[in-house]
Amino acid sequence: MAQALRRSKLSAHRGLVHGGGLSLARLAPPLTLVVLVGPLLFGLAGTLLPAFGYLPALGGTTFTTRHFETLASTPGIVRSVLTSILAGVVATFLSLAVIAGFIAGHLDSPIFARMRQLISPLLAVPHAAAAFGLAFLIAPSGFLMRLVSPWLTGLDRPPDLLIVNDPMALTMVAGLVVKEIPFLFLVALAALPQLRHGDMMRLGRSLGYGRVASFAYLVWQPLYRQIRLAVFAVVAYATSVVDVALILGPHLPPTLPVRLIEWMNDPEIAMRYLASAGAILQLGATLAALLIWLLIERVASLVTGFLRGRGRRLRRDGAVRGFALAFMALSALVVFGGIAVLALWSFAGLWQFPDALPRDFTARTWTSVLQRISGPLITTFWVGLISTAIAVVLTILCLEREYETGRGRGQRSLALIYLPLIVPQISFIFGLQILAISFGIDAGGASLVLAHLVFVLPYVFLSLSDPWRSHDPRYDQIAAGLGLSRWRALLRVRLPILLRAILTAAAVGFAVSVGQYLPTVLIGAGRLETVTTEAVALAAGGNRRVIGVYAFLQTLLPFLAFAIATGLPGLLFRNRRGLRV
Amino acid sequence: MTDTSGLKLTAVAISLAGRELIALDTRVACGEVLTVMGPSGSGKSTLLAYIGGFLDPVFSARGSVQVDGQDMTTLAAEERHAGILFQDPLLFPHLDVADNIALAIPETNGSRRDRRRMALLALSAAGLDGYGDRDPHTLSGGEKARVALQRVLMSKPRLLLLDEPFSKLDAGLRAQMRTLVFSTARAAGLPVVLVTHDEADAVAAGGAIHRVGDDL
Repeated sequence: MAQALRRSKLSAHRGLVHGGGLSLARLAPPLTLVVLVGPLLFGLAGTLLPAFGYLPALGGTTFTTRHFETLASTPGIVRSVLTSILAGVVATFLSLAVIAGFIAGHLDSPIFARMRQLISPLLAVPHAAAAFGLAFLIAPSGFLMRLVSPWLTGLDRPPDLLIVNDPMALTMVAGLVVKEIPFLFLVALAALPQLRHGDMMRLGRSLGYGRVASFAYLVWQPLYRQIRLAVFAVVAYATSVVDVALILGPHLPPTLPVRLIEWMNDPEIAMRYLASAGAILQLGATLAALLIWLLIERVASLVTGFLRGRGRRLRRDGAVRGFALAFMALSALVVFGGIAVLALWSFAGLWQFPDALPRDFTARTWTSVLQRISGPLITTFWVGLISTAIAVVLTILCLEREYETGRGRGQRSLALIYLPLIVPQISFIFGLQILAISFGIDAGGASLVLAHLVFVLPYVFLSLSDPWRSHDPRYDQIAAGLGLSRWRALLRVRLPILLRAILTAAAVGFAVSVGQYLPTVLIGAGRLETVTTEAVALAAGGNRRVIGVYAFLQTLLPFLAFAIATGLPGLLFRNRRGLRV
Repeated sequence: MTDTSGLKLTAVAISLAGRELIALDTRVACGEVLTVMGPSGSGKSTLLAYIGGFLDPVFSARGSVQVDGQDMTTLAAEERHAGILFQDPLLFPHLDVADNIALAIPETNGSRRDRRRMALLALSAAGLDGYGDRDPHTLSGGEKARVALQRVLMSKPRLLLLDEPFSKLDAGLRAQMRTLVFSTARAAGLPVVLVTHDEADAVAAGGAIHRVGDDL
C-alpha cells in the first residue's frame, strides 16, 4: 500500500494530458519504429529470397536449396562459421568478465572515477582504428617488438610469427575485447544508480562477504538483467563483425562475415545467391552464439547460486580484483597506445625495424593523403551530420511523446530499440542492397543516410533517454502554469537544461556513423566512400604511413564531436553553476 | 445573478485503481485560500495536478474546475494560467534571474526588451534590485523563493496552486514567506489552493480547511 501511494505521489507529478502537447510528437514513435524495423524486415526478406534462389533481376524465379548445398561444400566453411561463433562468445565473455570484476572490486574507489572519465574518449575511437592500433603495437614488426629489440630479443629483423591474422583469431578477439569493455562499462554505469549498489555492498560486507562476493551475490543479478540486451548486442556484433576481422582476423580461412563480403563484392554477379545463403547462415551462426550465451548465463547463475547457498564469504579476492584492474587498464592503454603509434607512423620518415622511433619525421604522407581524402572526408561529415540530426530529432520527439502519455518506457520498446543491434548487420544490409538493385534504386546519399540511421538511432536513443527521463518534470509544470505553450516550454526550458546530454548523444551518434563500415560499403556500392571504408580497404596493402593517416583521421572526427559536446555547454553556460556536472 | 468569481470545484473526485483519494465540492473566492491537509502520500498533491491540468493518466478524475465562470476542465495546462509554487523554487538554471521572470511575462506584452525591463521592475518591487544579471544558483533560499513568487505573479495567473511551498525554508524565513505569499495573493485577488501537512500553514492561510487521508 505504502509503495503504491509513493508511486502515485511520484506519478502525480508526471505527464501532461488534456490534448496539450505537440502533435508532431505523436508521429515520432511510429516513424521511429519504421526506421528501426522497416530496413530490418525488408533487408531480411531481400536476403532470404535470393538465398532460396528467387531473384528475378538475375533470372532466378524458382525456389531451390541449391545455394545452401554449394555453401555447405565450400572449402573451410565449417571452420569459418565456428571461428566466428567462438570468437564472438569468447570476446563477449572476456569483456563482461573484466568489467564485472572491475566494478565488483573497485566500485566507488578513486580509480573507478578515473576509468569513468576515460569512457567517452575510449568509445569515440572507431573499431577499425582501434584494430589498426592494436596491429601496429603487437605485430612482429610492431612497436612493442621494437621496444625490446635488439637488446632483449637479439633480433635485428622482425621474427617470422603470425601474430596479427593468427588462425585461432586470438588477436581479433583481443581487438574486440578492448572496444567492447568501454561499451559494456558505459551500459553498466548507466544501470548502477537504480540499484542502490552502495547499500547492498555495505550490507554484504557487514555480513562478512568479500567485495567480489558481495557484488556477485547481491548486485550482479539485477545489474545483469538491465544490461542483458546490450550484452546480446555485443555477442551479435562480435560474431558478425567485418572491419575488425578484415584487419586482425584469420586469413585461411577468414571468418564467415569476411567471406560473405568477398562474395557480395564478387564481380561474378551469380555469387549473390551464395552470398545470400551465407548471410542466412550468418543469422544462424549469431543465433547459435546467442544460444551458447544463454547456456553460459545458466551455468554462471548456477555457480553463483551454489556458492551463495554454501555461504562462501570469498574474502581473499585480491587476485580477482587485481586482474580485473590490470585488464581494464590494459584495454585502455592498448587503445590509446595504438592511436599514438598510428599518429607516429603517419608522420614517420625512415623507420627501420629495430629502431624504437623513426629516424626523422615528415608531413609528406599527410599532404599526399589529404589531397585524395577530401571526397571521403566530406561524405563522412555530411552522412554523419544528417543521420545524427534525424536521430536526435526523432529521439527527442519520442521522449516528448513518452513524457506526454506516460507510456513507452517498458522492456518491449527497449527490445525494439536494440533489435537492429542484435540482428547481424550483414544479414539484412545485404538484402537491402539486393532490393535496391532489383528495383533500380541508385546508391545515393539518401539511402546511405537511412542505412546509417538504423544504427545511429538506437545509440542516440539509449544515450539520451536516461537524462531525459530523470529531468525534473516540475520544470515543465511550472512552464505550463506560466502559460508557455508546449513548444515554447520545450525550446526555452527543457532543451537548454538538457543541452549537454543532447550534444553528448549527438556525439555518440556521429561517432557511430563515422565508424560504420559494412553499411557504407554495401549501400554506398563503392561510389560513396568514407574515411572508414578507405581505411579498412588499406588493411591488405600494409602501407603503415598511409594507414596511420587514415586511422588517425577516423579517430579524430568522433573526438572533435565529443570535444564540442563537452566544450560548448561549458562555454554557453559558463556563469550557470546550476548546470555544472 | 449568481457570483461566479473565484475558483469553483464541482463534485471533484480523484481515484487510483478504483480507490478514491480525494473528493470535494467547494468554492474559493478571489483572494481566499483553500488549505488541503493530509499526511504525505495521501494523494493531496493529485488535486493540484488535476486543477493545473497535468494529472497522470493512471489516475481517473471526475468533476469540473471553473475559474471566474469559465470551465477549465478540458483546457490544456498552458491555457489554464494556474501559477504553481513547489517546495523547491525551481528557477530555470540556464537563464539569469531577470530572464526567469521575463520568460513568464505573456508574449503579447511588448518586445523582448520591454519584457526584460518589466522583469527588472518586478525584481525591484520585491527588494531584489540589481539581481537581474545574477546566476539563480548563487541566490540564497529566501531570494530564490521571492524570485519564484515574482515569476509566477508576472505570468498573470488566474489562480495560485501551492504545493507545500514553505516546507523547505527555515523557521524564520517560513513565517516571512507565508505572510508575503498570502498578502500578495490577496492583493492580486487570486484564489489559492494550498496543499500542506503543516498546521501552521493552514492557520496563516486563514481560509477553509479540507482534510484528506485521515483514515490511513
